[in-house]
Amino acid sequence: MTKEEEKEIDQSKMTISEEVVIKVEQMNKWFGHFHVLRDINLTVNKGERIVICGPSGSGKSTLIRCINRLEEHQKGLIEVNGVELNDDVKKIDKIRSEVGMVFQSFNLFPHLSALENCSLAPIWVRKMPKKEADDLAMKYLEIVKIPEQALKYPGQLSGGQQQRVAIARALCMEPKIMLFDEPTSALDPEMIKEVLDTMIDLAQGGMTMLVVTHEMGFARKVANRVIFMDEGQIVEQNNPNDFFNNPQSDRTKLFLSQILDH
Amino acid sequence: MRNNNYKFVQKEVIAQQPPPLSQAGVTGWLWKNLFSSMSNFSSISAALQSIIMIILTFVLLYFCGGQLYSLIDFALISAVWSDPEVLKRGSCTTVDQGGSLPSGWSGACWPFIFAKKKLLIYGRYPAEELWRVNLVYLTLFLGIGYTLFEGAKGRQWTGLAMLTIFPLFALILLTGANFNISWSTNLLLLGLSILFIFFGELTRRNFLGNIISELTSLFYICGVTLFLIFIAALLLSIDYGLSYVETSDWGGLLVTLVVAITGIVASLPLGIILALGRRSNMPIARTISTIFIEFWRGIPLITVLFASSVLLPLFLPDGVDFNKLLRALIGVMLFSAAYMAEVVRGGLQAMPRGQFEGASAVGLSYFQSMRLIILPQALTHVIPGIVNTFIGLFKDTTLVLIIGLFDLLGQAQSTIADAYWSSPAQAPTAYLTVGIMFFVFCFGMSRYSMFMERKLSRGHK
Amino acid sequence: MSKSYSNAIDLIYNKRFRSIFFQITLLISVILFFLWVANNANSNLTARGDSFGFGFLNNTAGFQILPTLGTWVVSYDVGKSTYFDVFLIGIINTFIIAITGIIATTIIGFSIGIFRLSNNIILKGFATIYIEMFRNLPLLLHLFFWYFAVLRVLPGKREKVNLLGESFGINITGLYGPRPIFNEGWEFIALGILFSIILVIIFSRYAKRIHQQTGYKYPTFWISSGIIILIPCSICLIYSLLYNLPIEIQYPEFKTDGPKLKRGYAQGIGMMMPPEMLALWMALVLYTASFIAEIVRAGILAIHKGQTEASYAVGLGRGETLRLVVIPQALRVIVPPLTSQYLNLTKNSSLAVAIAYPELVSIFAGTALNQVGQEIEIIFMMAMVYLTFSLLTSLFMNWFNSRIKLVER
Repeated sequence: MTKEEEKEIDQSKMTISEEVVIKVEQMNKWFGHFHVLRDINLTVNKGERIVICGPSGSGKSTLIRCINRLEEHQKGLIEVNGVELNDDVKKIDKIRSEVGMVFQSFNLFPHLSALENCSLAPIWVRKMPKKEADDLAMKYLEIVKIPEQALKYPGQLSGGQQQRVAIARALCMEPKIMLFDEPTSALDPEMIKEVLDTMIDLAQGGMTMLVVTHEMGFARKVANRVIFMDEGQIVEQNNPNDFFNNPQSDRTKLFLSQILDH
Repeated sequence: MRNNNYKFVQKEVIAQQPPPLSQAGVTGWLWKNLFSSMSNFSSISAALQSIIMIILTFVLLYFCGGQLYSLIDFALISAVWSDPEVLKRGSCTTVDQGGSLPSGWSGACWPFIFAKKKLLIYGRYPAEELWRVNLVYLTLFLGIGYTLFEGAKGRQWTGLAMLTIFPLFALILLTGANFNISWSTNLLLLGLSILFIFFGELTRRNFLGNIISELTSLFYICGVTLFLIFIAALLLSIDYGLSYVETSDWGGLLVTLVVAITGIVASLPLGIILALGRRSNMPIARTISTIFIEFWRGIPLITVLFASSVLLPLFLPDGVDFNKLLRALIGVMLFSAAYMAEVVRGGLQAMPRGQFEGASAVGLSYFQSMRLIILPQALTHVIPGIVNTFIGLFKDTTLVLIIGLFDLLGQAQSTIADAYWSSPAQAPTAYLTVGIMFFVFCFGMSRYSMFMERKLSRGHK
Repeated sequence: MSKSYSNAIDLIYNKRFRSIFFQITLLISVILFFLWVANNANSNLTARGDSFGFGFLNNTAGFQILPTLGTWVVSYDVGKSTYFDVFLIGIINTFIIAITGIIATTIIGFSIGIFRLSNNIILKGFATIYIEMFRNLPLLLHLFFWYFAVLRVLPGKREKVNLLGESFGINITGLYGPRPIFNEGWEFIALGILFSIILVIIFSRYAKRIHQQTGYKYPTFWISSGIIILIPCSICLIYSLLYNLPIEIQYPEFKTDGPKLKRGYAQGIGMMMPPEMLALWMALVLYTASFIAEIVRAGILAIHKGQTEASYAVGLGRGETLRLVVIPQALRVIVPPLTSQYLNLTKNSSLAVAIAYPELVSIFAGTALNQVGQEIEIIFMMAMVYLTFSLLTSLFMNWFNSRIKLVER
């Protein structure tokens, strides 16, 4: 990737408001006896782009999966858009339609075409007429720049294309928050760029994003905050500049030296 | 931009803490495995689901627990274990039924099974010759046990011996051998095999020019097979001093094992040939294999057994006659070969194209690439499938009782008719015994097949 | 012909030639084998004074057949009905066992398969024990158990055991239950049911169109069940108010007084299921259900966990996730082995020969064969029936597989 090819990033478009969209307080989670998340505190404002990094097994995926209740937490509080997450099915449904998620392994539905993957939730959850849902899906497929693949099935698409369909699928619910769980880890290098470009476009559109990733270039350019996690705790939070240039904690320094050395 | 009040550095490591009670320990386990499915009342549908769960759980607990208890009660607690006064039916019937037990009693009648033990395991095999059957049983279990034992030395050779030498050994011991095989037949076999090997040798050394050098392996295979048949025939015609035991005297577990094992051993080579035929690109060979496979798979085993018992004598020339067991064996063999072919075909289909291409690329012929590259992999891959076919066959051997052979179940069924032991507990006890024996075999084998499946899928990752 | 094929030596190296040569040899040996078999059969038959032919089908059969649906449909009469009638009765009785068995085993199998995946330890434990116990025992043992150990020890002809209150009862002669009696005017009810089914189809199409056009979702299930229940019921009510009851339920009659020999269930009143059929049905249904349960479990487990998560993440609820994402994918895995289990159930109904329930193998290949000889013809006809079943099954399977095949690049 040369400098000329890289996307222009206009920081001014990415404004952050005072409105709090995610609030996590003293949150704890266990898998059996294993304490995966320990006393997590996190407040996210509307429009923030947060990159979460850390060694594998540090609990970063689990943290964002707790935010749309794919995992249950056992202690503490999580509030999304002012709604507290608990066993209430109605609340969970509401939050899930407001929080989009993109997975490492895409998880597209192999029996549906790209377009149907995108229009499924608008039709069944937002009760949209089929025609309208198809138009909406098409609109987002255009945004992720693969409208021509709309009628193909996931099995016929490349990894990068599949991940972009997955992003379009999440966007079709017009979510207020997007969660990315290592969106580029399963991709070949030349495909990573197309997915990251799509994410940059999204960020410039003002989307609130929580991204678990090892793409430090993306973190520097797009994020307004970087969170470093280790052993189930948030070890350090800072703006990208200070985080990369002046890490405070020893564990952060060690981690950065390991991933930036090559 | 907003002020950066989120800046945060964790100074110390938070230690692992024990999970809340809802997550760990007995309560946590119970919560996760029992109550979590029936305690969500946050919406109408969730509440409905929870209520259904609660009802279902209690009904099943009551029903299942009750059945289980009555089974244990019948088999162990209330059961009669011994019959010291040799009362036979008297020991297992109540006073009202003319026996010695208090009225209203119900339990298994184990003395009946102890008395019929020999019949269930050996059938009517002569009592003084039982050591022969025992020796076969012992070799069988030791051989299979050794072959299945992880890391045993030379287990593949043991396995090969179990597939080749053991059947012959069992045949000699069980029947008594001393078959009347004429010297001319033996000589013919020997002569033909020598001839084939001789031709094989000639072609190998290119004495006949290189015209038919591809036939070398074919000659060798025919020669060696004929030679092995010659050896077998020779061994079978020797008088070992063992008395001849009619197959109609075989019964019980012996017949079950003989039918199942012969079926599976004989069906393997036939199944491989059929599978290769069905996968080949020669239309006639493919059609014939497909018709054969689909024909046998399309009809029930009972029809096959019926057909082999009434049609085989009709279809063979006058004077050639097989005994009942052999007829059943032929039917079972053809039937299971069709199923085996489908299992093997599954393994062939699962082989990636690259394997076939790689084999051709290094210059192997069709037979070589099948023998050296494809079949070893495909067969290992389908071991679970083969074991499952065997389990199916093992259970299906019970059907031979319909054409008048006495396998384990058939023998049990015939002992039920024994009036000396007639009691209400007679049939249930007999079925329980047969059930336990089948369960032990089938369950054990299915666990082995699952273990292999896990092992193979690990190996592939 | 090009020069390279000019002599025999080169021909041996020709791949095409080799393949054709091999195939012709194979074909000829198969044909020769069949000719040899036919020749043997012919000489054996002549020696026995028999001949090949299907003429025997027109002869009258002189044996009793247990009254079942088949004998009722064909109206079997000893000494009047022919062997062809016997053949038909066999097919009908096989069929009725297969159809009712498949419905019941599907319900039980799916429930147990889903129990097996439940996070409720009681349900899971029950399902596990059930599956392991039933599929590791031979079917014939199941059959003998039900027939000889359960049904044969029921109270005798003059007594009964009630099941579900008074209306169902069982004793050694069979299971008795209520039966619908069609009075004058039942055609209206039938028409009503037909009409409501058509109405439901029209309505669900309409609801689907509305859903696609406007996004509004009718509670289709409730409205459809309302239509199906209400319309025939109201027709029945109106008709019976005006004229008479179009459909009555006839309960079996059990006499406890009167002359001793006349006590017990009256013949021909209510519905009766002979113990042979009941035992066969129970054994087949419960045995096959254990296999179906495993198929269902494997099918659902085959759906990657990510699929469910992705579906939750886009906001679909549990029911919709199951209906739109999991089931369509699981069915691809479940249906092929499920169909072969259905076929197995049908084929396994031949075990009835062991307890003399009059299905195809039992009366045709058993009783009829013993009476007339004609082994080749009878076994051929029997095999053809089963082969037709399996051919139909595999046609369905091919159609299904080509329909649901996942597109890949």
